[in-house]
Amino acid sequence: MFIVLLILTVLIVVWAVGAYNSLIALKNSVANAWKQIDVQLKRRHDLVPNLLAAVKGAMNFERGTLEAVVAARNQAIQVSSGGDVSKIAAVEGQLTGALHRLLAVVESYPQLKATENIGQLQEELTSTENKIAFARQFYNDVVTQYNTKQRQVPTVFVAGMAGATPAPLWEITEESERAVPKVEL
Amino acid sequence: MSSPPIPDSRFPSAEGVDLFSQQASNRLRSRLLIVGFIAFFAWLGFGGDWILWQYTLQAPPDAYRHAFPFVGTGLTLLASIGALIAWHKGPERVLWSANAFEVVDPANEQERRLVNVVEEMAIAGGIPRPRIWIVPDDDPNAFATGRDAARSHVAVTAGLLELLDRDELQAVIAHELGHVKNLDVRLMTLLAALVGAVALVSDFMGRVMRGGARIRGGGGGSRSRSGGKKGGNPLIIVVLVLWILSWILAPIVTRLLAMGVSRKREYLADAMGAQFTRNPGALASALQKIEHADAPTTSIKSGSAHLCIADPMGRRLTNREGFFADLFGTHPPMAIRVAKLKAMAYQPDVRREMGEKLQPR
Repeated sequence: MFIVLLILTVLIVVWAVGAYNSLIALKNSVANAWKQIDVQLKRRHDLVPNLLAAVKGAMNFERGTLEAVVAARNQAIQVSSGGDVSKIAAVEGQLTGALHRLLAVVESYPQLKATENIGQLQEELTSTENKIAFARQFYNDVVTQYNTKQRQVPTVFVAGMAGATPAPLWEITEESERAVPKVEL
Repeated sequence: MSSPPIPDSRFPSAEGVDLFSQQASNRLRSRLLIVGFIAFFAWLGFGGDWILWQYTLQAPPDAYRHAFPFVGTGLTLLASIGALIAWHKGPERVLWSANAFEVVDPANEQERRLVNVVEEMAIAGGIPRPRIWIVPDDDPNAFATGRDAARSHVAVTAGLLELLDRDELQAVIAHELGHVKNLDVRLMTLLAALVGAVALVSDFMGRVMRGGARIRGGGGGSRSRSGGKKGGNPLIIVVLVLWILSWILAPIVTRLLAMGVSRKREYLADAMGAQFTRNPGALASALQKIEHADAPTTSIKSGSAHLCIADPMGRRLTNREGFFADLFGTHPPMAIRVAKLKAMAYQPDVRREMGEKLQPR
């Protein structure tokens, strides 16, 4: 009888250590995935001035679009130090929307598109936008995995010990990002 | 690095539609194949030990007794040495023999785009950025190599960069990084070493047996003595015959099993790529474009065929469905890969679409 109890205890302890460690590992991957987004957002903040400098001359009469980008970027830089996921998601969503409008405008200036500088910047911007989107996708996947794991039986019993609390998903809050793009014929 | 968990690995549906259930069913099937492979390998080695052990069980105390499993241990050691050598020399050799050059500082728009796309997919897969190589070959193809996710390489041909648009290139790179993340390079290196060890020993045994038959013809005396003893246990004779038969078939069987694993890993990498891009349709259209560019990739040697996006030895075999293609291809038939990807993208398959058109409206 004593032996059976001993074996059971050992098994439970071994399981608990494994579950605890897997939760800690997931928690760190969430932090790491967040850092990946952060790196890409910083890259985008640095890219915007170059883009604006390149298109400014040819687009003097599209002031509103340019100013929207500048305003969204400044706001994003301000919020980025806070570390509040939903707030950052909101302002970065605005910047994404503003940049998309700017790129759409650039498309309608063939002579502007023809300059090599713009072509390069367009590729850089497309790539940065993609990287943000993929970093966000990876972050949301890891967070979902983490949040599911810590609430599932039996892992839920060690979640408190591991200090596991649900991590926030990066959700799209910006209306313009969610809206269906308008097609004009 | 562990493989990412799957939401529903308990239900490996035969024809799962969404990418996660396709991943789950492919993981399960390739695991079953690997278990089968290892079991067969163990039987080839330790089965011989069991026969020798049974055979010498009744031997007199001063005669040889087979107590330590030399046959199995020796075969395993041989395979391990082969795997270690391939492990350490493999990636360099593959890249070197393909004449690949590394993209360190992108020289033009195309290379800049390639580097960006690889970086994007590394982020999507949550793995470190692999080193990027270009193979100067006009045939569109791509492969991944490297020891683990931290030290991986991805190479594409110049023809691929010419042929595909940005989304399709992204999908192909995602497929290759799927191989990297699944540690397929390690798996296939190991399997190739096992196949090599079996082929080597089988060849050696064949020579010994042919030579041994001639020697035995001369000295029949000792043979009749031992023959009387083993007549006591018919089971040993049955097992012995089975074991010898297994060794005769071993080179083919191990190769077929390795090919089977390779094809399952291709489907899995397709599904992983779909997970990274969330755009399975792009990989489907990339595969169709690659399929129509029907030249063999001359700069990629057959030894690294299983690492490529499409079989570099020409697409005739992978185009054909059926028994032969099922058994001998490193890659599954293109049509089936495309159909599976389209199912993931919830796009109707062409064949089904044609069927619908035939129905009266």
